[in-house]
Amino acid sequence: MKRSNTFLLTMLGFGFAFFYVPILSMIVYSFNASRLATVWGGFSTKWYGTLLSNAQVGKALTLSLEIAIISSTTATILGTMAGIALARFTKFRGRTLFSGLVTAPLIMPEVITGISSLIFFILMAQYVGWPSSRGFTTVTLAHITFSMVFVTTIVQSRMLSADRAIEEAAMDLGARPWQVLRDVTLPVIAPAILSGWLLAFTISMDDVVITNFTTGPGTTTLPILIWSKVKLGVTPDINALATLIVLTVGLCVLAAGVMMNRAERRAERDRRLAYRANE
Amino acid sequence: MIARWFHRRGWSDMVIGLPYLWLLIFFLIPFLIVVGMSFATRTSTAPPFGFGGENPLINLTGYARLFTDTLYIRAFVTSLTNAAGAMVLCLLIGYPMALGLTRVDRGWRNILLMLVILPFWTSFLLRVYAWMGLMGSNSWFNKLLTGAWNWLVPQAWDVANVPLMHTNFAVVLVMVYTYLPFMILPLYANLERLDPTLDEAAMDLGSRPFAVFRDVTLPQSIPGIIAGGMLVFIPAAGELVIPTLVGDSSAPMIGRVISDEFSSARDWPMASAVAVALLILMVGPMMIYARFDARAQARERAE
Repeated sequence: MKRSNTFLLTMLGFGFAFFYVPILSMIVYSFNASRLATVWGGFSTKWYGTLLSNAQVGKALTLSLEIAIISSTTATILGTMAGIALARFTKFRGRTLFSGLVTAPLIMPEVITGISSLIFFILMAQYVGWPSSRGFTTVTLAHITFSMVFVTTIVQSRMLSADRAIEEAAMDLGARPWQVLRDVTLPVIAPAILSGWLLAFTISMDDVVITNFTTGPGTTTLPILIWSKVKLGVTPDINALATLIVLTVGLCVLAAGVMMNRAERRAERDRRLAYRANE
Repeated sequence: MIARWFHRRGWSDMVIGLPYLWLLIFFLIPFLIVVGMSFATRTSTAPPFGFGGENPLINLTGYARLFTDTLYIRAFVTSLTNAAGAMVLCLLIGYPMALGLTRVDRGWRNILLMLVILPFWTSFLLRVYAWMGLMGSNSWFNKLLTGAWNWLVPQAWDVANVPLMHTNFAVVLVMVYTYLPFMILPLYANLERLDPTLDEAAMDLGSRPFAVFRDVTLPQSIPGIIAGGMLVFIPAAGELVIPTLVGDSSAPMIGRVISDEFSSARDWPMASAVAVALLILMVGPMMIYARFDARAQARERAE
């Protein structure tokens, strides 16, 4: 038993080194004075200066944030509705197609979602006239579509594991369906809705492939800006930008993780106290 | 009036109807257009395709070219072998990691799990980019590998640097890097739920650790292996970003072919036919995944 544990722990160590060495290396090289991105030429913070004075990056970041906030909020509303519908209404016309439509975008290769959206938007512009050109609107619509199904998955599984008896009790006490929804169901699934929103937001902020297909001239999100630069190779200013993004996201996720961990432990303690009080 | 409608069936109609309509318009219709497009004829009009009229209503040349033109056959073979390679390597690295995670104590385990999920939330593009920095011929990592190679092999095989960038190996390596969490998480969920008393019983009956693993742990973790494997294989086969950045451009993967057919060659029907073919190839893995995922969820609910 002991020897096999040593092997497993070594593999864990190796795995985490594999996960984090490339990122750490990128962070170290963002402080490289040399213009050659992969050859060390002394310590410098000049690339961060170059980055901050680059108006393009700021503009792209603002655009990405706008699209991410609008699309993740809409996706959360639509995705939550779909999650509730699939978890609570076991029989309605077209349910099989609906549940298929909710799973398909999750596993559809991004390239296919990308070109099908692009062809759709081109034909829409030609024959319907809306959206008239590709840009902010088309990117946002595409982001809503492929991120809402992630929200649905999270909400649906939370709904299925939640106790239906509370909803039935509220109904028996005379609450109308929408009152049950507002006062019972929504508070119960609120954490799932929040994680769904966060996921949709991250997916939108991060997307390259579908955005690349659905965007038009002048609408450059941050990942598209990075994409167009990294296609040409490794540069020190992208190292600096990547470092800032990775550190920001990393710290946010760590903080959220620690908070959730603490809340879980508090809930566990409360449960134990309540249990003891009842004895 | 509206309030009363809401009090009755209205809200349930809305809860079902709005997302349904959205997915019909923005997902199903575009997808059906692609399927239809794959039977169209390429023309020099704008948009560059035609149905009926002087063109045949159903044009199968796109599909015929898939089987005759070596470009497409090679792209499919490259995609499937790269994806399968990434899947196997993910399993070989991810399985011991997931099993290792179940052996560390609670406090550490949560931290380590968070460290597995963390790269997941940071930009996919930047994780690929991080490897571009490591693989270049002047990088410290490449020099390290070159040194190790030259030390290990006879002098006649010495190289100035290890060719990593723009190879299929680079594609597989970066895929393993980016998709490894997809393998570890379902495996961990599966392994964590196994009953440790079974291991102990086998041990008490005199099995050696490896035999316990082979006869007790491994057979019980097959659903996790399949779920994780499909979660790596499916996106890897259609990957576009990784082969574009670190791959060999003379042996493109299928995602790249679809994108090039569409934007550089402006051959919408051909791009659509390739896309439909990729999807058909993925139906098998998708159905396997769906079956095992549904079974896992049903078990979770039953517990």
